[in-house]
Amino acid sequence: MAVRLPIYLDNNATTPVDPRVLEAMIPYLTSEFGNAASRNHVFGWKAEEAVERARERIAALIGAEAKDIVFTSGATESDNLAIKGVAAMYKDKGNHIITCLTEHKAVLDPCKRLEEAGYAVTWLRPDEFGRVSAEQVDEALTDKTILVTLMAANNEIGTLHPIDRIGRLCKQRGVLLHTDATQAVGKVPISVDSMGIDLLSCSAHKIYGPKGVGALYVRRRGPRVRLVCQMDGGGHERGMRSGTLNVPGIVGMGAAAEICRTEMTAEGARLTALRDRLHQGIVAGLDHLKLNGHPTERLPNTLNLSFAYVEGEALMMKMKDIAVSSGSACTSASLEPSHVLRAMGVGDDLAHSSIRFSLGRFNTEEEMDFAAGQVVKAVKELRQLSPLYEMAQEGVDLKDVKWKK
Amino acid sequence: MPYSEKVLDHFANPRNVGSLDKSSARVGTGIVGAPECGDVLKLQIEVDDGGRIVDAKFKTFGCGSAIAASSLATEWLKGRTVHEATELKNTQIAEELSLPPVKIHCSVLAEDAIKAAIEDWKKKNNR
Repeated sequence: MAVRLPIYLDNNATTPVDPRVLEAMIPYLTSEFGNAASRNHVFGWKAEEAVERARERIAALIGAEAKDIVFTSGATESDNLAIKGVAAMYKDKGNHIITCLTEHKAVLDPCKRLEEAGYAVTWLRPDEFGRVSAEQVDEALTDKTILVTLMAANNEIGTLHPIDRIGRLCKQRGVLLHTDATQAVGKVPISVDSMGIDLLSCSAHKIYGPKGVGALYVRRRGPRVRLVCQMDGGGHERGMRSGTLNVPGIVGMGAAAEICRTEMTAEGARLTALRDRLHQGIVAGLDHLKLNGHPTERLPNTLNLSFAYVEGEALMMKMKDIAVSSGSACTSASLEPSHVLRAMGVGDDLAHSSIRFSLGRFNTEEEMDFAAGQVVKAVKELRQLSPLYEMAQEGVDLKDVKWKK
Repeated sequence: MPYSEKVLDHFANPRNVGSLDKSSARVGTGIVGAPECGDVLKLQIEVDDGGRIVDAKFKTFGCGSAIAASSLATEWLKGRTVHEATELKNTQIAEELSLPPVKIHCSVLAEDAIKAAIEDWKKKNNR
């Protein structure tokens, strides 16, 4: 079977819309165009029904009830709503928030803003696999803590946090737990009740749905979580998020969620096998590699490797037939290397040499073999250009060198 | 596309990749940058008795623009005298490669590497 180029291996950045999702959305972009808030005619009623069906499907994916789901424009907005909303609502109860250095900027930046506004924030440092433990959270909790916000799975390295243990701890201590589950939802099982999750953010475009729509799960019982809403207006979503609902997007998200729910187990196994095939193919052809992320507690589709002595952006340019991303500074707008890798203690040199492969529903075995071949070839070619590789071959310990910066 | 045709060309076909004998008195070696910065350029020049650069080689750990800047630098160095080489400016490299603002530092590093190689050669030859 011929492989179609370029091969997309950046599914943690975004996913293509599944044809079944697109099919479900089309009526809502054409004949069923009503505003879900139009209470007085069939156009509105049909839109509302479609939204409610989607709500149920998203809830089912995370073990929640439809009424617990608030629609937003995406996980970034959901994170902002959860963190700022809880901080404002519970400020008389306390002003301490706990999070982790490897969170997505959509969590880190709201926390920074709160810190500047006078809240106390504890930024937990993960272990070398990017994992934070329940013990670390336990030590950090105070009687002023009102929120713990920890991602279920990391977008760069795929590492899974022990959310169930952290959730149980938070329940015992009466502290709300928010999890940015954008990368975990649809890939690994999530159950808000057994994991003790009070708020959860997710996004459609990471689960083969359209961009521009996401959801925030807000617990209604045990305890009932309240938020100060961040988008004022017509009072939509039970006053938690005003704004006309993106009906086609929501329908798409619902369809995507339903597909994930029914296919997750089989797809998880398939992706793990593909990922390991890619990994083995690369390891067979190269040395001086480092896996970034937990070896086992990791998303089935994510493989983040550092290729010593070559730089990430150059590597991506050389591997022009595969689409991936890198933790190198050269690829970020801020010219800083990946904050995730830094927080884990991966040296900046290896951060600059990192590549993230994130597989998806439409990747095949043939693509893994082709990609592994491209990676091996590209790394070998760039190592021929690399003064660091040359020095390493000569037996120089790069840590002893005095660099002229 | 963030890369100019020239950067892509130098990246696909880098000129003068390799190493010269760093122990030779005719060779000047400059190494600038640091692994933790994501850029390390090694530039070497071989200079004849008349002070003319007869060969130049590079090796670079860095992005496509850094590789292109060092490749271009070796091209420009060959045939120039050491004195002429000291006048090469990063702005010329940046302009030739149409480097965007965020990549200008790659050309600065290339200029630094040229100067470091020249300084090394001068030190070895008491110039």
